[in-house]
Amino acid sequence: MSGWREAPGRRRFSRDQRLRILAGIVSFVVLIVVLQLWLFTATMNAYLGGEFGVALPAAVVSLVCLLLNLGLLRYVYRLER
Amino acid sequence: MSARDPDELTIPPDGRPMAEQPQWRQDFPIDVPQDQYVARREFTKFMVLTSFAFVAGQAWILAKTLLGRRSMTPAQAVTRFDAVPVGGSLQFDFPAPGQPKLLVRLDERTVVAFDQRCTHLSCPVLPQVDQGRFHCPCHQGNFDIATGRPLSGPPRRPLPRVELEIRDGVVWAVGITERTS
Repeated sequence: MSGWREAPGRRRFSRDQRLRILAGIVSFVVLIVVLQLWLFTATMNAYLGGEFGVALPAAVVSLVCLLLNLGLLRYVYRLER
Repeated sequence: MSARDPDELTIPPDGRPMAEQPQWRQDFPIDVPQDQYVARREFTKFMVLTSFAFVAGQAWILAKTLLGRRSMTPAQAVTRFDAVPVGGSLQFDFPAPGQPKLLVRLDERTVVAFDQRCTHLSCPVLPQVDQGRFHCPCHQGNFDIATGRPLSGPPRRPLPRVELEIRDGVVWAVGITERTS
């Protein structure tokens, strides 16, 4: 049985509130992914141009963005409990 | 005793009661808020997957960078200096077969060489010495023939420059310089 069918007393937020929270989370996730897209194109341009110094910091920052996104996704699933 | 969650009520998009809805909606009721919630959640999952793809791409660039630093480009004799007339050009592969480069003799004393692949989409560029440019016929890109910098068209990065040395009248390719501007 999916989480949203559980007894109403156990949920912290109503469905309407969860919908709005999720909309906010989606906005953040999209923003972070767009940042990663920009970072990837800039890194690719630097790599093709022979500038190798940016590859490591860009990879680290992109990984941090992924972890942030995973944290937000985890929060989405916790919302449904 | 059955407690019904008010959140589980089916709410049509226009907010009017079900009795006022068209017959097709009454026959096939959809829990619109829940549908929106699931759609947004699935979109979030897809975005996180996209985020992972970008990290994989960054890791690929990093790996290529680390592996590429280890390889050294051996010097290669290209041609005799006086074998290319002023205004003439010569295509050669450097540092390995299948990596075409273009050598151009600009005047009595100057030769330059660049990667022949356009920095836009890797079409082969053609030397037009009389117009002072390399021309890419695919998307009408142009590069300065002396510096390899983009003049017009889609390319934004200059052509990689082949470092040349002249030893005893022979032109040697000794390295490649890639640039972003």
